[in-house]
Amino acid sequence: MKAVITVTGKDTLGIIADVSAICSKFGANIVDISQSVMRDYFAMIMLVDITSLNMPFTEFVDKMKEHGTAKGLVIQTMHEDIFNSMHRI
Amino acid sequence: MLNTADILETINMIHEENLDIRTTTMGISLLDCADSDEKRLCENIYNKITTCARNLVKTGENIEKEYGIPIINKRVAVTPISLIGGHLSPDGFINVAKTLDRAADTLGINFIGGFGALVHKGMTKADDTLLSVIPEALAETKLVCSSVNVATTKAGINMDAVARMGKIVKRAAYLTRDNGSIGCAKFVVFANAPEDNPFMAGAFHGVGEGDVVLSVGVSGPGVVSSAIKRAGNCDFQTLAETIKKTAFKITRVGQLVALEASKRLGVPFGIVDLSLAPTPAIGDSVAHILEEMGLESCGACGTTAALALLNDAVKKGGVMASSSVGGLSGAFIPVSEDQGMIDAVTCGSLSIEKLEAMTAVCSVGLDMIVIPGDTSEDVISGIIADEISIGVANTKTTAVRVIPAYGMNVGDVVDYGGLLGHAPVIKVNNYSPAKFIARGGRIPAPIHSLKN
Repeated sequence: MKAVITVTGKDTLGIIADVSAICSKFGANIVDISQSVMRDYFAMIMLVDITSLNMPFTEFVDKMKEHGTAKGLVIQTMHEDIFNSMHRI
Repeated sequence: MLNTADILETINMIHEENLDIRTTTMGISLLDCADSDEKRLCENIYNKITTCARNLVKTGENIEKEYGIPIINKRVAVTPISLIGGHLSPDGFINVAKTLDRAADTLGINFIGGFGALVHKGMTKADDTLLSVIPEALAETKLVCSSVNVATTKAGINMDAVARMGKIVKRAAYLTRDNGSIGCAKFVVFANAPEDNPFMAGAFHGVGEGDVVLSVGVSGPGVVSSAIKRAGNCDFQTLAETIKKTAFKITRVGQLVALEASKRLGVPFGIVDLSLAPTPAIGDSVAHILEEMGLESCGACGTTAALALLNDAVKKGGVMASSSVGGLSGAFIPVSEDQGMIDAVTCGSLSIEKLEAMTAVCSVGLDMIVIPGDTSEDVISGIIADEISIGVANTKTTAVRVIPAYGMNVGDVVDYGGLLGHAPVIKVNNYSPAKFIARGGRIPAPIHSLKN
């Protein structure tokens, strides 16, 4: 099972390191990252494996969101199935 | 790996274009609750609903969180109450309505549907008693919705029932006069009512359904509108293709949520209703889709054609995305729940006659239309008869949910808040159909109903 995490917000030092660290803390294994900075705006899409999460997925979604808010970022976590069902037949 | 553009498209649909799952509705059969003792009947009903649907809200919330897609409403639809009411007294039926209300409150759902009857060909004693208390039941409960099927293509139109409907609507309006006659917003009159419709106020659990079933209604007028805008000044085939592709994507999400919810709740998956259901929120309007197609204002000449194209393309795109399509499936055109419709009525571009024409080519019918409070029972029955005829003659579902707002006149605005929105009072033709309605009996089924 995988989930897509999107991180957006004003670019600052160490966003990737910070989000990666918290993923690892919660047991989410990063599979892929795509990241770009447009002007001062940071945008990242991460694909993480959530099979070994050390908490229920819904809690993980909340924790990531809270963490984002504390850092001035918008972090959104969604199960990959919503993208698969919409874009794959 | 998923394509970045695809991920961003989905996120954009949800956050910028108001894509949501409009409702997850659990249908529950109450046939096994029937009991000759009123108290036991109410107990059975309460226990069955609160047991079957105890995890409905929680499961919906979890799915919402995990997939990042809002699920706006969690609802329950039950067997039409007249079928299990047997020889209940009028007060008995009101107590059943209160029991439904209490069960809905316990579950934390926002509506429960099914306080109604199927009287398209004739009326049993129980149907008759239930109809006599619908206005009181609507006034004395908060979450209970009522619907009555007065016609089918096979049976024709029960005009005795249609005549009763005008009286019911007026009385419900009077009894809830302190709240903009909101009782009428919870009451729908149908022709060819679908047994698996997940949308309120017309949802009920048909007798052909299983014991418990889970259905989902999708939404997304904003997504379609944005897609049309992006497609630019294209021809009609391209326009239809654009809508089809968008409808496919929207419906796939509905199918995902429906399957996941039915798996988690241990309840069979019923149908996905492929509807474009607007809300009063900016960017969530069916009228704006029509305007995006090139109409100056919804209601202008060309509106019916635009809506027909939209409705057809939504179904064509959606049908392949779901393993089981049902319910109403089509574009909804409620007035008070759609900012574009509200604006069109306010500026004088959209009339009740045009709305009636539009209902011939889309799902449902005259929906959430506020008419002057002094509109007579006969005129309301006439409105209902016209709309129901469209459904019967075209072998489709049509419905009427009009609100003769007590004390209100053309030009006034009634505000219900939330999803029910607000609406300007619309002008109605007040020449009397009284003699026509008073004839009584049944309008025979159309010749094309004889298909065997």
